[in-house]
Amino acid sequence: MFKKKECVAMLLAGGQGSRLYALTKKTAKPAVSFGGKYRIIDFPLSNCINSGLDTVGVLTQYQPLQLNEYIGNGLPWDLDRTFGGVKILPPYQGQKGGDWYKGTANAIWQNMEFINRYRADYVLILSGDHIYKMNYSKMLAAHKKSGADCTIAVIDVPLEEASRFGIMSTREDGSIFKFSEKPKNPDSTKASMGIYIFTREKLEHYLRADAADPKSANDFGKNIIPAMLAAGEKLMAYPFVGYWKDVGTIRSLWEANMDLLGEHPALSLLDESWRIYSRHEAAPPQYVGSGAIVQNASVTAGCEIEGTVRNSILGTGVVVGKGAVVEDSVLMDGVTIGEGTTVRFSILDDRVSVGKNARVGEDRSKTDEITVIGADCKIPDGGIVPPGAMLEDAKND
Amino acid sequence: MKIAGLVFSNIHDRTIPEMTRMRTMASIPFGCRYRLIDFALSNLVNSEITNIGVITHYNYQSLMDHIGGGKDWDLARRSGGIKILPPYITAYENAVAAKLYTSRLEALLGAQNFINRCGADYIILSDCDAVLNIDLNDVMEDHIRSGAFLTLVTKRMDVSKLQFSHERDIAVVDNDGRITEIDRYIPKTGELDISTNIMVLRRSDLQNALNEALARGYTSFHLDIIGKNLSKKFFHAYRYDGWYSQIDSLEKYFSASMQLLNPDVRHCLLGNPEREVYTKIRNSAPTKYEAGASVSNSLIADGCVIEGTVENSILFRGVHISRGTVVRNSILLQDTYVGANVSLNCVITDKNASVRDDRVLSGHETMPFFIGKGMTV
Repeated sequence: MFKKKECVAMLLAGGQGSRLYALTKKTAKPAVSFGGKYRIIDFPLSNCINSGLDTVGVLTQYQPLQLNEYIGNGLPWDLDRTFGGVKILPPYQGQKGGDWYKGTANAIWQNMEFINRYRADYVLILSGDHIYKMNYSKMLAAHKKSGADCTIAVIDVPLEEASRFGIMSTREDGSIFKFSEKPKNPDSTKASMGIYIFTREKLEHYLRADAADPKSANDFGKNIIPAMLAAGEKLMAYPFVGYWKDVGTIRSLWEANMDLLGEHPALSLLDESWRIYSRHEAAPPQYVGSGAIVQNASVTAGCEIEGTVRNSILGTGVVVGKGAVVEDSVLMDGVTIGEGTTVRFSILDDRVSVGKNARVGEDRSKTDEITVIGADCKIPDGGIVPPGAMLEDAKND
Repeated sequence: MKIAGLVFSNIHDRTIPEMTRMRTMASIPFGCRYRLIDFALSNLVNSEITNIGVITHYNYQSLMDHIGGGKDWDLARRSGGIKILPPYITAYENAVAAKLYTSRLEALLGAQNFINRCGADYIILSDCDAVLNIDLNDVMEDHIRSGAFLTLVTKRMDVSKLQFSHERDIAVVDNDGRITEIDRYIPKTGELDISTNIMVLRRSDLQNALNEALARGYTSFHLDIIGKNLSKKFFHAYRYDGWYSQIDSLEKYFSASMQLLNPDVRHCLLGNPEREVYTKIRNSAPTKYEAGASVSNSLIADGCVIEGTVENSILFRGVHISRGTVVRNSILLQDTYVGANVSLNCVITDKNASVRDDRVLSGHETMPFFIGKGMTV
């Protein structure tokens, strides 16, 4: 018997994140490292538990191995529960055959049984693409208070960027009368954050209708929301104020990492009342050597720094040799930088190893292009990786 | 072959009263993010010994908080796992167990229930003041190969390099690895086999020894159970050759901590990928080094914010070093807050201590300045 849950969260984590290129070659986007000891999916998962939501379905599809391993039984997020907890929901074969998840709406439709067994009144739909801290329980309270059929979290974006988002036009009471996906001439600056709360019966009703429509793209933004608007359902916008960043591109991923730095960072992870949880290894403390310079940097367990690190984010177990210089870069778990090597304006994925006296990337003042080295790549002594290069380990093909 | 572990959490509390006023020896924080019991537990777990009893005495609230369900050491098990063994006191004033135990032997007598029920073939005993990373499988193999009644892990050390703050059990070992004498007498020169107090023996032998001790009114495990039987039974010494430190005074705590800045020591104790040291996970954010930070030769945990200068120091989780402050040769425990323009040298701060702006504090490496838990200077 399953305990009734008022609200079940469904986290869409199946996306490839193809605009992250080498970084998502072997892993799904939500499992990409962020901020030294986190992965992107830690943010929605931590938001869930911090908001008091303890039942989360994670829908996986693309390269799920790392993501499955990472989430495991949900212990790091306190989601290893007897009643509820986190469950991985991959596509499956049923009696009448099965299929891959064709779109975001289809993925939820195929898992209606998961939602229904908890007899949930409300369903929170999340994506694994954003870095933000948000209290979903406040949004749920607003949804219940307004009696809406669907509440969509929106954030104010600059008008010139509005055409990159799904844009909501709202009345004074916050109800939505128009939704346009990536409009050329936006008439509002309220962008959808891809976070929806549905009243369950309505969600099931519209998902069923959508599933029966062979022409549908089975997507929330393209199909479900427009269909509900057309039918005159009550859709409310829930305004969110705070840090929110789509990390779907190399540039935005780099920027979001840099937002952690500085004395008054745009995104602070030190707030004890809204902790971001992550699964991490039993690494020893970080060691900063005698000749080292570490300034304006975020460094985590297992790092051994003998060189210079400035304006950078270092993941677990990063080694920076004597005389090496790392600037304006993001070094993920287990990266090794040899003596005398310089790494500038770059993102180095897990376990990249750079030999001695090598040069990776170029000073930020001289180039606009971020250098990216994919997981497990080895750069030999004296090697040069030009700015903007995108390297992948040949073994990963 | 089944092996169970028994860990003594309080045995040496009185040796370092500054830090054990509010906690057990076992829960003294050490090495940025660990507590002393983590070494004993990790050694057992890394040797696949997952049925462990922890003998407690008093002040064990912080220890229970640290261990929790045992998940962080992979000891949350349906069968076996970790069990806290609170002191065994009966309600009857005249009964043997009417008082808290005062010796290792009495502690073992109080843990007889665990010993009788654990179902193991062998028992490994270990203390919490010993900081080392040891392969206990190797000790087990050596014990079985030697056919000994009991194997004691010793560390061979040059006497002139030792600083004994408290009595230490010394084993006199012959060329066959046989212990011929157990003593507390310390000669002035030469090499000594110092007892780490890690021991292994058959469970049935331990049960018999405890019964004998009860019958004869023995009081000391080392001097009576071992000492009085040396000629009758084979007591074997296993000489451990890695880095080892016995935390038996604040001064020793200071020097052992500072040795972690030596890469060889650090890698031996904390950096062995086959034998990692586990501890309670706190989910701290990474440490932030601000633009004006200057850090050298220091070991730093996650969750710190560093705006000033830190040299030759050990910072635990959540330490804050403000602007203009210089911290040298110091050990700052969890959540210590150091204000602006402070100067610290040879200082140990306990958890949640704070140092106000402009303070100048200095101890000496032989007598570190100690700021107690939650105190403000």
